Amino acid sequence: MVQIADKAPRTGAPAPVRERPAPRPSRARLWRGVTPWLFMAVPLALLVTFTYAPVANMIAYSFTDWDGLSPDLKYTGFENYTELFTRPELFQVFYVSVYYLAASVVQIAVALYFATLLSFNVRFRNLFKGILFFPYLINGVAIGFVFLYFFQDGGTLDSVLKLFGASTDRAWLGTPASANVSLAGVSIWRFMGLNFVLFLGAIQSIPGELYEAAELDGATRWQQFRHIIAPGIKPVISLSVILAISGSLSVFEIPYIMTGGATGTETFVIQTVKLAFQFNKTGLASAAAVVLLLIILAATWVQRRLVPDDKVDLV
Amino acid sequence: MVHIRIRTRTTAFAGALIATALLTAGCTGSGGSTKGADAKAPTDAKKVSGAITVLTQRTDLAQDGTLKKYAAEFKKIYPGVDVKFEGITDYEGEVKIRMNTENYGDVLMIPSVVKKNDYPKFFASLGTSAERSKKYNYTAFTTVDGKVYGQSPIGTTPGFVYNKKVWKEAGITAWPTTPAGFIADLKAIKSKTKATPYYTNFKDMWPLTSWTAANGSVSCDTQAQNKFTTTDPWAEGSDLRTIDTLVYDIVHENLAEKDPTTTNWEGSKPKLAKGEIATMWLGSWAVIQMQQAATAAGTSPDDIGFMPFPAQVDGKFCAISAPDYNQAVNIHSAHKDAARAWIDWFTDKSGYSVTNLALSPVKGAPLPAILKPYEDAGAKFIELNQDKTAQVNEIDNESEIGLQKPDYRQELIDLARGAKKGTLDGFLAGLSKRWSAAEKSAGN
Repeated sequence: MVQIADKAPRTGAPAPVRERPAPRPSRARLWRGVTPWLFMAVPLALLVTFTYAPVANMIAYSFTDWDGLSPDLKYTGFENYTELFTRPELFQVFYVSVYYLAASVVQIAVALYFATLLSFNVRFRNLFKGILFFPYLINGVAIGFVFLYFFQDGGTLDSVLKLFGASTDRAWLGTPASANVSLAGVSIWRFMGLNFVLFLGAIQSIPGELYEAAELDGATRWQQFRHIIAPGIKPVISLSVILAISGSLSVFEIPYIMTGGATGTETFVIQTVKLAFQFNKTGLASAAAVVLLLIILAATWVQRRLVPDDKVDLV
Repeated sequence: MVHIRIRTRTTAFAGALIATALLTAGCTGSGGSTKGADAKAPTDAKKVSGAITVLTQRTDLAQDGTLKKYAAEFKKIYPGVDVKFEGITDYEGEVKIRMNTENYGDVLMIPSVVKKNDYPKFFASLGTSAERSKKYNYTAFTTVDGKVYGQSPIGTTPGFVYNKKVWKEAGITAWPTTPAGFIADLKAIKSKTKATPYYTNFKDMWPLTSWTAANGSVSCDTQAQNKFTTTDPWAEGSDLRTIDTLVYDIVHENLAEKDPTTTNWEGSKPKLAKGEIATMWLGSWAVIQMQQAATAAGTSPDDIGFMPFPAQVDGKFCAISAPDYNQAVNIHSAHKDAARAWIDWFTDKSGYSVTNLALSPVKGAPLPAILKPYEDAGAKFIELNQDKTAQVNEIDNESEIGLQKPDYRQELIDLARGAKKGTLDGFLAGLSKRWSAAEKSAGN
């Protein structure tokens, strides 16, 4: 290894392009071929060890009756999948995802609004950018705890409402509808910043002359948005929609920390975690995880079919 | 062109995935076939040596140095042994994963997810049941095929922790003896004092599971748990039905906190100590924590009382005595004798159960002071027979009800406060149905 490291820079050092000699020795060519792989070896090893191997393992578990601990496990074929699909109640939890799906529509709309607004010259622009992006940087578990106090009886939300004279005396997490709306609200608060930054970056890559030209032609801000910004950032919007849908299907952190899935807030992932770690049905839970993966892949595929990713050409 | 390139790449990727699947499938599961080792007690304390690691869920004691003091005491008798502690916050979750390897400490608390029948695969035996049960309580909880695999350093009994001052203020002088009497008392507390009569700890979940620990105290039957393998746990007049009906009634009659979904366990302790909360169903282990909270809040620790489940058989209360986490020796430990010495010393001589105001695991030891009123009331302590624990757990997991899990009781409370539609009878009937279906499929 030492030798390689020692020699690689000498032979493989990129000579200035114009001086490159036409015929090259085969050894150097070999190094040239191997070098990128050497660079990639470490990240690839990490990727395989920590991403693909566990996934492969999970797929393997999904065909067994493993309880997550016992040394004995039996191969059961497609039994777990059969069980999964013959128990419709396991899929009912996807109704909860509808709340988060609706929330992500709001989230994308709000993010788009702020991104457009802050792409123009606004006072305290950078401060607002920071404020809007900040929640995304906070750890999801911490957010869960913070908002638990926020929604508490007599907590932050109630106090703020009281300042405005509205005393609601309402248990925000008390009923399924109210709890899911509250949790989806937290999710908007948390992830809006990410959408916002993606949109802002895309908007700023649109050449400035286009706006100038539009202004000369007398276009309003709305017309600028409609005909320059929206088509200009279409790939990023469609990416955000994909992320939003897969996110809504696999919500976990916020409801898990805040309600633990009680009061009708259980999502598919929470249910899977409970199957695996509470009822020791690791095999069944792995099958559920595989099915969720397939559902998300299918949703993405359908979406790409409906909205193909065209090359953006503004000019 | 682009399409083709992508396609070849995905096939290569899929190939790699399948290859790794085949490779890693071989690594699934672990432990191998090691089975049936013994951790014998050393005969000469001076000759034992080695460094052992004790995994513990008591992160608080590991951090404030209390456990180190125990280790120092231990070293006086066993000079060759160094004891190290590893406090683990998510004990169950983390240890379960570690138990897939051989490296899970020398001494550990048996996680509740380990199936009883698997004990011999993971732990070294501490001796035969015949021999150990002469000296110790709770041996049946870890006995597999006549051999004992763990020993709890403390015993607890489930019960209500209550604020004596508040109960007195409401004019209640004697412990309620029936669930109806208990509800009437809570109503008196609600109308005569400012306290919240009962606090569910709904959000923190685990306090809800401890209601199951009352099983057996209604009928005073040591077979209360074993019965679940053949009969419906929620049958009319059964222990569990009485317990769950009481939970339902407390919440349904508005005797619990206003918003159960945002409760806070740490916050509930000073509230009980100050008399803002009158009652909580926990266990005798919680009394010391409430007393500490009382001292911290500047109220008297003597205000903290403890009472049994409101049910009597022949005019006597029946209290269930059960172990906490059982300590066991890792079957892969290189210092089994030192590990065994630690468990014996910690159980017999450390004074841990006395400091924790707990029931002693050693037979014939006196009751802790907080349970003096039990003695005065003539309460009977029973230990549930554990012969069918493994089958009960199997049915429980199969049915996905979770007798030792919070989920179904959270649903019960949601039902009681109207956040979920349905009736109590309908809900319990649903549980019964799931249970009996699982009974059939798990019985094979």
